[in-house]
Formats: sequence, structure tokens, C-alpha cells
Amino acid sequence: MLNSKTPAGPLDQKWTDYKGHVKLVNPANKRKLEVVIIGTGLAGASAAASLGELGYKVKAFCFQDSPRRAHSIAAQGGINAAKNYQNDGDSVFRLFYDTIKGGDYRARESNVHRLAEVSSNIIDQCVAQGVPFAREYGGLLSNRSFGGTQVQRTFYAAGQTGQQLLIGAYQALERQVALGNVEMYNRHEMLDVVVIDGKARGIIARDLVSGKLERHFGHAVLLCSGGYGNVFYLSTNAMGSNVTAAWKAHKKGAYFGNPCFTQIHPTCIPVSGDHQSKLTLMSESLRNDGRIWVPKKQGDNRKPGEIPEEERDYYLERRYPAFGNLVPRDVASRAAKERCDAGYGVGSSKQAVYLDYADAIKRYGHIEAGKQGMHEADEATVIRLGKEVVKEKYGNLFDMYEKITGENPYEVPMRIYPAVHYTMGGIWVDYELMTTVPGLYALGEANFSDHGANRLGASALMQGLADGYFIIPYTLGSYLSDDIRTASIPTTDPAFEAAEKAVQERIQTLMNIKGTQTVESFHKRLGRIMWDKCGMARNAEGLKQAIAEIQQLKKEFWSDVRIPGAIDEMNPELDKANRVADFIELGELMCIDALDRKESCGGHFREESQTEEGEAKRDDVNFAYVSAWEYKGEHQWQLHKEELEFEVAKPTQRSYK
Amino acid sequence: MNWSSILSSSIGKKIVMAVTGLFLISFLLVHMGVNACIFKDLFDPTDNGDMFNRAADYMGKTALIRIMEVVLFAGFFVHIIQGLILEWENRNKRKKGYAVNLGNKGSKWYSRSMGLLGTILLLFLILHWWHFWIPSRFTHAGLENPILLSNNRVSHDMFKLMTVTFSEWWVVVVYVLACISLAYHLLHGFQSAFRTLGLSNTRYIKLINALGVAYSVIVPLVFALMPISMKMGWVGF
Amino acid sequence: MEHKNINLTLKVWKQKNGQSQGRFETYLVNDISTEMSFLEMFDVLNERLIKEGKEPIAFDHDCREGICGMCSMYINGRPHGPWEGTTTCQLHMRAFKDGETIVVEPWRANAFPVLKDLMVDRSSFDRIIQAGGFISVNTGNAVDANAMPVEKDKADASFAAAACIGCGACVAACKNSSAMLFLSAKVTHLALLPQGSPERKTRALNMIAQMDKEGFGACTNTGACEAVCPKEISITNIARLNQEYLYAGLTADK
Repeated sequence: MLNSKTPAGPLDQKWTDYKGHVKLVNPANKRKLEVVIIGTGLAGASAAASLGELGYKVKAFCFQDSPRRAHSIAAQGGINAAKNYQNDGDSVFRLFYDTIKGGDYRARESNVHRLAEVSSNIIDQCVAQGVPFAREYGGLLSNRSFGGTQVQRTFYAAGQTGQQLLIGAYQALERQVALGNVEMYNRHEMLDVVVIDGKARGIIARDLVSGKLERHFGHAVLLCSGGYGNVFYLSTNAMGSNVTAAWKAHKKGAYFGNPCFTQIHPTCIPVSGDHQSKLTLMSESLRNDGRIWVPKKQGDNRKPGEIPEEERDYYLERRYPAFGNLVPRDVASRAAKERCDAGYGVGSSKQAVYLDYADAIKRYGHIEAGKQGMHEADEATVIRLGKEVVKEKYGNLFDMYEKITGENPYEVPMRIYPAVHYTMGGIWVDYELMTTVPGLYALGEANFSDHGANRLGASALMQGLADGYFIIPYTLGSYLSDDIRTASIPTTDPAFEAAEKAVQERIQTLMNIKGTQTVESFHKRLGRIMWDKCGMARNAEGLKQAIAEIQQLKKEFWSDVRIPGAIDEMNPELDKANRVADFIELGELMCIDALDRKESCGGHFREESQTEEGEAKRDDVNFAYVSAWEYKGEHQWQLHKEELEFEVAKPTQRSYK
Repeated sequence: MNWSSILSSSIGKKIVMAVTGLFLISFLLVHMGVNACIFKDLFDPTDNGDMFNRAADYMGKTALIRIMEVVLFAGFFVHIIQGLILEWENRNKRKKGYAVNLGNKGSKWYSRSMGLLGTILLLFLILHWWHFWIPSRFTHAGLENPILLSNNRVSHDMFKLMTVTFSEWWVVVVYVLACISLAYHLLHGFQSAFRTLGLSNTRYIKLINALGVAYSVIVPLVFALMPISMKMGWVGF
Repeated sequence: MEHKNINLTLKVWKQKNGQSQGRFETYLVNDISTEMSFLEMFDVLNERLIKEGKEPIAFDHDCREGICGMCSMYINGRPHGPWEGTTTCQLHMRAFKDGETIVVEPWRANAFPVLKDLMVDRSSFDRIIQAGGFISVNTGNAVDANAMPVEKDKADASFAAAACIGCGACVAACKNSSAMLFLSAKVTHLALLPQGSPERKTRALNMIAQMDKEGFGACTNTGACEAVCPKEISITNIARLNQEYLYAGLTADK
């Protein structure tokens, strides 16, 4: 049984009590304590900045050419906080409750409540740093609403909230670099954790420019390396986003939590061909005004404009009259897949549905005409005015769609399809964000997180920054206060040597295969298996097949991959091979986890567990636990369970009908 | 931050260019005003440069103007030297160039050619000094016979020197080419100077842009008309 | 969308590392779908090169949705290629004609040394930010977010400047290799907000000093940076930076 180290006491007092009693490290000792941070997204950059400010000696690593490039930058919509500036009944409790419920009751109550508690501080901190959030004319902050909630609590900066928050954290980080508190290592990839006497004591990293391996000591190691959506090959993640750091930690003893929990975002631009390298998200906000439909006739090849109204199936409005086009992400995604699988898909690939703005344009056009006193406006004028309003609201998204597809979304409905977007699963951590390896922590999307089986929109940014700014500065002290007498361990220690040797040998092995197939081709094949059998809908038979296929793929990879170039130079193909090798192993674990969880919950839909109407059916009796997998050797994992207890938010079946 | 480090930074150098540039722009206006007196001849054929010579006489004999002349030379000197240094330094910031250049797709040719246009103007300036300033100040070549002005003062006949100088075709051509260079130099320089000095208000930028275009067209045009009208015999004895 | 397949000739800069001499290499790529992005065309080419036992072309890229600022190709004489307001990763092959020759070069500037092929080292940008591109507020120091109202126009202008993705196209396009658009975007972003006000003077002075130290050129207001900026950052920001600098320079105590 896993110990989550959740403090005792009432839910809303736990964090306060914890902070009040946690052991501290005095400033003189902090200067002697070194912390290694992997990744510089919202979690990593905010942790590095905050710990640097506290006086720890921080070393931060990112594989990109600058910490500012981390993929947090691509988040569009916003960040939630229980500020209740709108006076619409929001509170810490409501944010907590919405998050637990949105996550389909598969998250730890204490962590989620803490997240809701610190959410307000995040907004304060970001504003103080100069994050240019959207404002009202009075000069105060503006809010918008997001899926799965009934209050307006989302703070945003146009469609670039992630960018602005990351730049804020990045600037705070660079300030600490300038002050000498943080040492930044760009274009470095962590390739192993060094464990000495059962504690994480450093890492082996590869300088991606010179190809040289480096050893770095740390009294503690923080993994802030993001999610692993790229296991599906096609996802909205950045090309470089990878699981390698987390996977190395996993193989060194960190349990992997809920690996199968993947979020599929319903509104992405569909795949256009085999050449596709990644998918692009169209903000969830588009569902506020757009209507989603497919033709009522299977295999209808007419152009959308030629399909009359009565031959269109607005399936979300039909199936979920209460929420209509605004059902949560997992529900909307599954519904789109169901239609396409049944043969109603549109576009050349038939793997897409329409997101139509024609009605919204007319509706806004009429309102605008009314405002301008043109009560007898003709159709063309109404449409012109309507387009102007839509352009004002969604112009940048429409432009992006046009750049990618070459179609004008003001004239023809957009084609959209669900795509992998976020992974709720990740390294298992306790209340202090520590993994099962003492001294090794996981923050942000890299940990198994506070989002349960489904994340609400605008909550990822909140969690990343909460972990980095407001949680780790307290919880890390609890561990390091016992470590103040540990002097820096020289990197000549045998453990460092052994770890570096292992990494070196692995790289050597990869390079020596000199096979015939490219790294990319293996990644694509893995992605195909994962998407088909461990994607939006999963069943026992498919998962078993997938496991066998992945094991076969792994064999093939390690005997036939071709990596050009050399080790001691910049070699992006080698970097990629290292990552894909880990993705293959992770893919297997994801399927094993999905197979074990015989219920449907959130983003995890087991076809065996559904209601008569085809909705997801959760099984709280048998599966109200976090799956934490321990690595036991090739193809072998042992399941540990953390039972989830819901003292405050009592589980109910979600319904959006 | 002391003065020298502020003024020698990249923006500091540009500020120096802008301030001296604007000073030279204001000088041009005065210079043009004085020289435009030759056009009195168009309206009053008996003038024969009297109005111009009186103005020139005043400029040459007023103490304040003489002091300003020193400042002007300092301004020229700093603008030229700083400009050449800047051009040289900026060119060296890209040791390895492109095979295909952006060219006019991103900016106007003359805004990228301030160094070249400025160098043309410098060469012209040397010629111009040799034609007029050195004779009037030092050698008095071509000015051997003083004349009596209508205000009863005795002075050099600068007007005559002009007519003689501009009787040669090549001089007229060179002066007109210089005026064209000046026009393009100003077309960029005028508004650029204001930007460098921090004009960021969109409304005022528009105003300055319009003023800049007007200035860059009118001033060089008036200057160019001087040699042309003398050569063509519209202005003269 | 109607699409077709096109054939192209690519002339790409190849350079083994920072120390070696580079040269152009010519590649013929056939059957490129006009639906591909520019980088996907490079993916296709690289896959082929690896299969043929040749060295693939190294280039920087990450998010492929136009926001991380990592991609950096100088395509046919223009940073990020022919489309306005677009990063290389968002450029699609529809922009090119069948049979066209495309020349691809890395960013060129002394301050952006080439690391390999089309990859350059832009860490100078990080060091410019370190010199003052931040607001000095430690975690936990903040007052309530609504305690300080910000005029909406200023907040919007600040946001427009903050949209900079730090890709370096401005430097690549500038005849002087000046980083002024990048720098001015940051200075404007922070100077327009009341939170950024206490450090206004030192920020402008220190960031410019660092820019000069890194080997970027001076701005001569040609406007090339603005024309190629994928986020369409306005050159007006440079004027504002000049203003900030002048004010700081004139009123500095020491």
C-alpha cells in the first residue's frame, strides 16, 4: 500500500497545517544545498526561480535552445483561479469540487484542494511579474468561462496565455541566472538519475551540441519534464516533448501513476496525410459559438454548403441537449469518433467533423445590424457584419486554420478531429510531490497530477505553476532539512561512474545497430498501435494485441534501427532514437495499465464498461484507486494501489444529457 | 552609467546622429532661405543678386552667426565621423553574409543606403566648400572685385561667383545629383531622427512622416533649382 | 482544399559544426504535397537521406504551431519564408510553385553563430533578458492582482509587445544584425505596466549594454525587422525603447 503522506485534519486545513509545521532550512544552509531541475516549462521554470530566490544552488536543464521554448508556451485558453472577481459564487471549494468531478473522481482530494487554495496566489504572482492578462476598461482583470464549470474563473491573455505565463516564469528564472543562483544548461538532455544509498543524488546529462556526457550532483532532483503525449506520434505536443527523463526515473525506482490516462482534445485540425508530423489544437473556446455536425447520410461526398439543413446531424446537440456543443472534452471527442467510425465522417480522409460558424455569423450579424439601427438589413449585410464580429473574437484562430489547411473558415465550415493533447498520468508522487525515490520529485504534467482521469480546460497551467511557485518551495525543505550535513558528493563517485557508463553503453548499442529503418518510422508505427488500440476507446482484446505488437516493435527497433552520424557531435537523430526507445517501453506500460483498469473513467474509455446509451461507466467499487506501477525488469511491472478516499466530494455519475 | 558610456552605446551613437542630423536639417532650412534670395531676380530683373548678397553679407559679418558656424562645423564633423563609424561597425556585425538577400522586400533601398548617400554628400560637400566657402572665407578667388550693396555696405559679389560656377554643365549636373542624394538621405533621416529620439506616439509619427516627406522634397528641389536656373539663364545678370 | 504534388530543388546550407566551413548542398525533392508544412517537407527529405546513408539536415524546431520561436530558416532571402506573419513551421508548401528552386540558409549574424547546418546559437537573447528583461519580484511578494488597475490600452499594447517569441528573425533580416526589435518588445512590455516601472531606467540601460556586448548592431530604423516578424511586433516599440533609454541616460544619477 502506497503512503501518500497526506497530512491529517480537515481538508481545508491540511495545507495550512502542513506549512505551519514543515521543517525549514536556514538561509546559510540553503546556500550549500544543490538542486537539479529537469525541464523549464511552467513547473520547472517557476520552481527554479523560486528555489533560486530562496537561496538554493540550482542547476536547470532543458533540451531546447532556451528555457523560453518549453511547450507550456503553446497553451492557448487560460488559467483558472478561485478569485471570485466576478462575484458569481466561485470559491476555493468550488474550484476544488469542479476539478475533482471533472477528473471523474480519480484524483487525490488533498492535492486538489491545495491546488485550489494556491490558485489565487498564482494570479497575484504572475501579475506582479508583468504577465499582461486581458483587462476590462476599468483596468481590472477580465475572466472568461471554460468547459466543465458554471463560473467565470479563467484568466487569459488572448489566445496566448501559456506563452505569457511561461515568459513570466522564464524571466524570473533568467533573473536568478543573472544573480548567480541558477545555472542554466540549454540543449542538454537528462539521460539518467543517479541514485546513491537509495536517494536521488544527481543526473547524467548529454550536451546535445558536443554530444558529451556530463555528471551533475544535486541533493535533490526535480523532474519537470512534461507529459508523454508524443507516445502517440501525432499529438498537439511539441516535436521534442518526450518521456525520457520520467522514464529513466521510473526505471530507477519511481512508480509510474495512471499511465493510461490520456486527454484527447476534441477540436484539432485533422490529419492531412502520411507526412503529418504533429497536430494543431484549435482552442476550446471555438465551441462556444460553433456548431458541430456531420451529414445524416453515410459517405456523403457533397460539399458542406450543398448539404441542406435537414440532412445535417448536429450530433452533440442531439445526444446532449443540456450541454450541447459544450460538453467536456472527453465526451465531445468520443462522440466525434463514434460518428466517424460509423461512416459519417467528412473530408478526404473521412476522419473529421464540421465545426460550423455560419449560424454564429448570422446571429452576430443580426445583433450588430440591430445595434447600428439597420433593422431592414439584407442577408449580405448581416453576413458581412457577422463576419466582422467573429473575426474580432476568433480572428487569430481562423487565420491559423487557413494557413494550415488553405481553406477559408469564414466561408466553409472548419474540419476538426480529436487529437492527443495532455497526459494526466505520470510519475506517482506523494503529497510533497516526492516520487517513490527519496529526493526525487516530479512537478507539473510530469507527475500523475491532480486531474484524475480527465483534466478541465485551463487547469494545466494552474497546476504547473502551483507546483513550482508555491508547493515545492515548502515541501522540498522538509526533505532537505535532514540533508544539511550531506556535503556535495563528488561526481567521481562510483554511482556516477556506473550510471554514465550505462548511458554510454546504451548510446553505443543504438549507434552500432546500423539497421535499415529510420527512428521516425518506428515512432510512427508505435503511434499507430497506440492510437488504434489505446486511444479514445480501448478493449481488452485490442490492448492485448497492442502489447504483443509493441514488444515485437521493440525487438525490431533494437535490431534494425538506423541512426546516421556520430556520438560525439550534434546528432538530432540520436536524440530522437533515445526518446523513441523510451516511448516504446512506455507504450507497453500504458496498454498494461489500460488493460488493468476495466472501468471507463474520464479520458479512459473501456468499451466493455459503458451504459446502454454508449456513455462511459465508472466502477467506484473496484477501481477507486491510483495505479502506481513499479518497474521490475523488461516487460515486467508490479502494480501498487493508492486507494482514493473521498471524504468531501462524494462520487456521482457524470451526466451532461 | 556615465555620459561617455551612454553616448557610445548603440542607441547613444544613434542619438548623436539624430541630434546632429536634426541640427543640420535646421541649418539646411536657413541655408536654403538665404540662397533662395537669388530668386528675387526672377521677379525683379534689376536685382542682379543684390538681395542675396546682402543676406550673405549679413551672415558673414554677424558675430552670432560666426559662432554658429563653428558649431555647424562641429555638427558636420560629428555627424560624418559618427556616421562612418556606425556604418563600418554595423557592416561588421555579419561576417558571413547571405546568398540571397532580403533586399527591398523588407525595407526601402535608401534607408539601407544612408552610409552611401552620406558619403556622396560628403564628397559633394568638399566640392561645395571648394566652390564657395573657401573663396569667400580665405582665398577670395573669383571675388576680387567688391561691390556696393543697396544698403551701402561693401561686400563680395557671391552672386557673381555663383553664376560663374554654375555656368559649367558638369557642375550643374553634380549639384543636381547631390540634391537627389540629399532628398533620399533626408527621406529616411528626417523621420528616423525623431524615432531615435523616442517619438513613439502613432499620431505624431504620422505627422512627422508627412513633414519629413515634404521637407525632403521641397528643400532639395529649391537647392537644385539654383544651379539649374542660373545655367538656364532664368537668374543672372 | 485542392492539393497537388510538386517537385522542387533545394539549396540548403550544410555545415558540420561551428568550427568548420560550410557550403550549399543541392537536393531534388519530388512529390511534395502542397498540404505539407515546410518542415514536413524537410522531414520527408531527411527520411530519404537517412535511408540513402547520407547525413540528414539539422534544423531547429519544436512546437510546430508558431509559438515556441525555435524554428529559424532563412528561405529565399526572407526569414521564415514568403508568408507574412508566419513562422517557418506554419509555412505550407502551397506557397511554392512546381519546379521552383528554394534556397535555405541559417540566420546570419555574428551574435548567432552557426552550430550545425541550419541551427544557430541564440543564447545571446537569454543573456539580454538576464541583463534586465524581468520584474524583480520574488515568489510570494505579490499583492492582490486587482490592487493595481492598468489602463486597458496600455495593457493591450504591453501584450502586443509581449507576443514576441524570441525567434531572432528581426536580427536575421536587419542589415545591421541589430536585436533592437527583440529588445524593444521586452522593454515595452514591461515599461507600459506599472509593475515594471521601478526598474525602467536600469532595464533599458543594462539591456542595451548587453546587446552591444553580444555583438549585435545598432538600429537604423530601416523597418526590415517589422516586415519579417512572425508576430508582427511593431517598430514603434523601438522608438519607445529609445525614449526609455534617453530618459534613463539623461536622468541617471551617476
